[in-house]
Amino acid sequence: MTISIDPQQTNNESLQPKGWLRYFSFSLDHKVIGIQYLVCGFLFYLIGGTLASAIRIELASPMSDFMPRDVYNQVLTLHGTIMIFLWIVPVVNGAFGNYLIPFYVGARDMAFPRLNAVAFWLIPPSGLMLVASYFVEGAAQAGWTAYPPLSITTPQSGQIIWILSVLLLGGSSIFGGINFIATIIKLRRPGLKLMQLPMYCWAMLGTSLLVVLSTPVLAGTLILLSFDIIANTGFFNPILGGNVVVYQHLFWFYSHPAVYIMVLPAFGLVSEILPVHSRKPLFGYTTMVFSIMGIVVLGLVVWAHHMFTSGTPPWMRLFFTIATAFIAVPTGIKFFNWVATLWGGKISINSAMLFSCGFIINFVFGGITGVALAQVPFDIHVHDTYFVVAHFHYIVYGGTVFIIFSSIYHWFPKVTGKMLNEKLGILHFVITFIGFNLCFAPQHWLGLNGMPRRVAEYDPQFQFVNQISSLGALLMAISTIPFLINIFLSVRIGKDSGDNPWNALTPEWLTSSPPPVENWEGEAPLVEEPYGYGKQFSEQK
Amino acid sequence: MLNKNIYLILIISLVFAISFWIGFNINLLPAEASINAPIYDELFKILFIIGLIIFIGMTLAVVYSLFKFRKRNDQIGDGIALEGNLSLEIVWTIIPSIIVLLIGLYSYNIYDRMGGMKELNHNHEMMSSSTEKIWAGISQTSDNEISKNNLSIEVSAMQFAFLFNYPKGKFISGELHVPVDQKVSMKMESKDVIHAFWVPEFRIKQDIIPGQPTVLNFTPTKVGKYPIICAELCGPYHGGMRASIIVEEESDYNDWFNNNKKTEVNL
Repeated sequence: MTISIDPQQTNNESLQPKGWLRYFSFSLDHKVIGIQYLVCGFLFYLIGGTLASAIRIELASPMSDFMPRDVYNQVLTLHGTIMIFLWIVPVVNGAFGNYLIPFYVGARDMAFPRLNAVAFWLIPPSGLMLVASYFVEGAAQAGWTAYPPLSITTPQSGQIIWILSVLLLGGSSIFGGINFIATIIKLRRPGLKLMQLPMYCWAMLGTSLLVVLSTPVLAGTLILLSFDIIANTGFFNPILGGNVVVYQHLFWFYSHPAVYIMVLPAFGLVSEILPVHSRKPLFGYTTMVFSIMGIVVLGLVVWAHHMFTSGTPPWMRLFFTIATAFIAVPTGIKFFNWVATLWGGKISINSAMLFSCGFIINFVFGGITGVALAQVPFDIHVHDTYFVVAHFHYIVYGGTVFIIFSSIYHWFPKVTGKMLNEKLGILHFVITFIGFNLCFAPQHWLGLNGMPRRVAEYDPQFQFVNQISSLGALLMAISTIPFLINIFLSVRIGKDSGDNPWNALTPEWLTSSPPPVENWEGEAPLVEEPYGYGKQFSEQK
Repeated sequence: MLNKNIYLILIISLVFAISFWIGFNINLLPAEASINAPIYDELFKILFIIGLIIFIGMTLAVVYSLFKFRKRNDQIGDGIALEGNLSLEIVWTIIPSIIVLLIGLYSYNIYDRMGGMKELNHNHEMMSSSTEKIWAGISQTSDNEISKNNLSIEVSAMQFAFLFNYPKGKFISGELHVPVDQKVSMKMESKDVIHAFWVPEFRIKQDIIPGQPTVLNFTPTKVGKYPIICAELCGPYHGGMRASIIVEEESDYNDWFNNNKKTEVNL
C-alpha cells in the first residue's frame, strides 16, 4: 500500500490544457474527470427531463393526441435509458466517485487514470448516438427493458443503436468499477485502515462489486439479443424456438443490482453530508458497513421479483419474495442510523441538509411500497402499472436525485471555492419536493385502480389524477430554473467559501478549495476519524 | 425523564391510531369482483397500515430533529459525540427482521389461499396437458375438484386484441362472457409479442407469452362489466389493447352461449 505518484503521469499532467479547456480534453486528473461526468450527466438529465415532460403532456389527456403512438414509445424508452445509463449511474458513481474517492483514500489520483478517462469518454458518443437514433429510423421503442419479441419486431436500426449504446455505457461502468475497487483496496495512504474510510468508500466498494459482477451479464444478453435481431438467431425468438423468459432472467440479473448501483452510492453520499451539517459523528459506522455489504449480497439474488407475472414456478416466486423483503432489514438499519445521526446534533438547516432529509422521507416511502411489491400476491395486481412507476421514481428520483442535488450543494464550495446561494437553494428544494410528491404520489392510486404503465391513452376516469401528476411534473421542470441560475451566478459572483466552509473533518476538506492538481501540497493527511465531531472541533474558519 | 417517556408513548399511540384509522377508512382499491379480491384487499390493508406507521413515524422523527436540534444563531461547537449504540442497533435489526418475516409468512398464506402454490394443471378435456409445460398462473381451487364444472376458455393475444375461444361451443369471441360464481380456467398463449391479461377488479394478472402457454384460473363473484387490460408493453397501440369481461347470471350466460354456438363463428 503505497501512494502512487507515477512520474510519467505527473509529466503528462503538465501537458494538459489549463483553465476551462481541460474539461474538454482527455484529462487524467480525477477531479476534472469527476466534473466531466457531472456536467455531461446533467446535460443528459435535461434531455431526459424534456422527454419526461413530453410524457406528462401526453398523459394530461386520456387520448393519444400529443404525439404519434410509436413516437411515444420511443420517448419513454429514451427517457428510461437516458435517466438510468447517462444521468444517475454515471453521476452518482462516476462524478462523485472520481472526485471524492482519491481524497478519501489519501491518493493523488485514481489507480488507473487512463482507464478512467476512457471510461468517461465512452459516455458522450454513446449518449449522442442514442439520441441521434431518433433521426435515423426512429429510436428504440421496446422500453428500457427491451423485452423480446417486441424488441426483435420493432424497427431494427433504433434497437441496434440502443444495444450498442448500452453496451458502451456498460463498458464504461465496468472500467469505472474496476478502477474504484483497485483505488480503494490498493491506493490507501499508509496507516489508513479500511474501517477508518469514509462511508462513501464502502458504498463505492459495494457498488463496484455489483457493477463488475452483473454488468457483463447484461452485455452478454444484449449481444445475444442483437444476434437475434440482425443474424436471425433464435436465442430469444419464440418463432425459432427461443425462450423469451430466459431474456428476462438475464436482463434482471443485471438490472435489479442496477437499482443498488444507483442507490448505494447515494447512501454513501448522504452518510458524508449528514454528520457534517448536524455536527455529530455518523451513528453506527460498523453496522452501516455491514448493511452495505448485506445489500450487495442480497441484491444479487432478488432479480426474479420483476417476473412474478411472467413464467416463473411457485417455489421461485416464494424464494424471491423472502429474499427481496429481507433487503428492507439492512436498508432500514441505515435509515435508523441516519435519523440517529441527526438526533441531538446542532443541525444547520441549509439546502444540502434539506435535500438529504427529503431523500430520507421519499426513500422510506419508496422502500415501504418496495416491501409491498416484493409480496407475490400484492405484486400480481400492480405489476406493470403506475404503482410500479411511482415506486421506482420514489427510489431513483426521490432517493438518488435528491442526494445528487444535496451533494452538489455540499461539494460546490470544494470544487469552485465559491458558496451557492442558500435562498435559491432552499427555493429549489421546496419546488422540487412539492413537485416530486405531487407528480408521483397520485400515481400509486392510478396503478391500484387500473392504469397500466407505458400507455399513451387511458380510461377517462383517470384524467383528473393524471393532471395532478402532470402539474407536479411541471413544478419539477420549473425547479431546475433556480438551480441553474444559482450555479451560473455562484460560479461568477458567489461568495468566497474559504477552504473548509462547513468545518468538515473528511479528508477532501483538509486541502485548499479548489484543490491543487495533485490534491495536496505536501503529504496526504492521515484522517483516522472522518466523523470525529464533538471530539476535536476543527479550528479552521 | 418520566414526562418524556409519557410524551413518547402518547405520540407512538397517536401514530398507530392514525395509521389504523386511515388503513380501515380510506379505500384505495377498485371494486371487489372475484374470490381473489377480498383476500388481496386483506393483505393490502395490513401492508398499508404497517407502511403508514413506519412512514409517519420516520417522517415525524426527521421533522422533529430538524426543529428540535436546529442550530441556534448563538450556538457554536458540535453536537454530542455519540458514535453508536449497540443495543439500539440490535433492536432495529431484530424488529424489522421479525416484521419482514411475518409479512412474508402472511403473504405466503394469502398466496396459498389464492391458489398460487397449487400444482398447476389445466383441466382441459381437449388438451393433452401432460405433454405441455404449463409455466405459471394462479390456480384457485384444488385439482381434485370436479373439473367438468370449470369453464374452460382458450385465450389468444395478438397486437392489439384478445380473442376468447370457447371450445365447448366451438366459437371465438372478442368479449369474455362468464357466469357469476363459477370457476373459469383459462389457457393463454400469445401469437406475437408478450402481452398480459389484467382485470383490476379481480386483482389478477398473468403475462401471455409467445411459445409458452400460461394458465389463469379465477372465480368471478359480482355481476357486471369489467375491463381486461393488457399490462405489458406490446407496441404502439398497447394503451388501446383492452377488452371487456362480462360477468352475468348463469341463465343470461347460457342464452349468450347458445346464441353464439348456433352461428359457429362470431368475431
